[in-house]
Amino acid sequence: MIAILIRDMRLAMRAGGGFGLGLAFFLIVVVLVPFGVGPQSAILAEIAPGILWVGALLACLLSLDRIFALDFEDGSLDLLATAPIPLEGVVAMKALAHWLTTGLPLTIAAPFLAVLLHMPQNGFVWLVITLATGTPALSFIGTFGAALTVGLKRGGLLLSLLVLPLYVPTLIFGAEALHRGMAGLDATTPLLMLAGITTGVIALLPFVAAATIRINLR
Amino acid sequence: MDRALPLFLRGLLGYAGDMELMNVRNLACTRGGAAVLEGVNFTLSAGQVLLLRGPNGIGKTTLLRTLAGLQPAIEGAIETEPDTITYGAHADGLKSTLTVAENLEFWAQVYGMRDINPALDAFNLQNLKTRDAHNLSAGQKRRLGLARLLVTGRKIWALDEPTVSLDMASVELFADAVRAHCKAGGAALIATHIDLGIAADLLDLTANKAKPRDLAGFDEAFE
Repeated sequence: MIAILIRDMRLAMRAGGGFGLGLAFFLIVVVLVPFGVGPQSAILAEIAPGILWVGALLACLLSLDRIFALDFEDGSLDLLATAPIPLEGVVAMKALAHWLTTGLPLTIAAPFLAVLLHMPQNGFVWLVITLATGTPALSFIGTFGAALTVGLKRGGLLLSLLVLPLYVPTLIFGAEALHRGMAGLDATTPLLMLAGITTGVIALLPFVAAATIRINLR
Repeated sequence: MDRALPLFLRGLLGYAGDMELMNVRNLACTRGGAAVLEGVNFTLSAGQVLLLRGPNGIGKTTLLRTLAGLQPAIEGAIETEPDTITYGAHADGLKSTLTVAENLEFWAQVYGMRDINPALDAFNLQNLKTRDAHNLSAGQKRRLGLARLLVTGRKIWALDEPTVSLDMASVELFADAVRAHCKAGGAALIATHIDLGIAADLLDLTANKAKPRDLAGFDEAFE
């Protein structure tokens, strides 16, 4: 299973692999928002948590359809499905690889980009904590969505429509925990809810996604 | 005599004679919700090559996918030990940005094998080892796809048109690989239209074309 993780990471890093796509998108969103909203730092600081979370979420969404579509097109998904590794493990590894190439870089880059939005310094720690807790859920939910639409031509639109509602709880609790943390309030409850969503989807969705792929390959 | 010899004894003696690797009885398969094949019967023994014949669209690919476990049969039984079959499709499953060696090493790791050199030698890929897969010609890609079979260590090769885009010399390499595989106690099930020059049995599927049947009650997604 480590072999799959290594292969997917390697493919993402090579030319045309999509690594940096999410990061670049995140950068563009965060750079453009101050131009659109105006230079009042009070307003920017107020909306910064929401913008950063929405930006991270959309950046994650951008690279989802690559997870299985490329493997489906070149036939490796068929071969992986008949390989001795359980398909659930394949799915989990692919989701992990997606997180390592999008979620993790976004989490690391977020505090630097937060400066552009005049986010107060005490928010940086909370930003990293909430994104680190929440983005794995985005990758695993997205992998499930990608499994549902594998084999569909131009399935990207359908994928976004399917996945966005599933992303909403993660966004709500993630942004709420960040807001509260920044305001010096107790953020335990939203943070625990966020962690609950993440652990829940990591535990359950690989099984669901593997079952959907088996059906889609028929 | 064959039946009397317990499996573990055969293993101990390295017995590869008439050992049955796969037994298919009264198999019926579907494609896109319509029945395409029915009443398929055959046995595959160690060392045997079985060529699937039949006109385009008869269901050779569907049969191979069903045997590989990628789709369920609607009736009949496939008796085989788990993890004996490997499927080689029209597509080679290569990653264009990985090198030849990286592609092959990945599949070797997935199947728990270490050494990719015998596979590279068998398909004359040693001097292309460090080349990216997208710089290969169609025939070279095919050879790499076929070399994957050697790193799976599986006994039954189920191959769909394996010789497409191969030149004469490469077809000969492939035939040699199949012969060596059969000699080592493996077997192959090959859908092909050309003569490979291998001693093989024929399985003509023309007579197995399914009559239209009512598949109501058979929910393809959940059976």
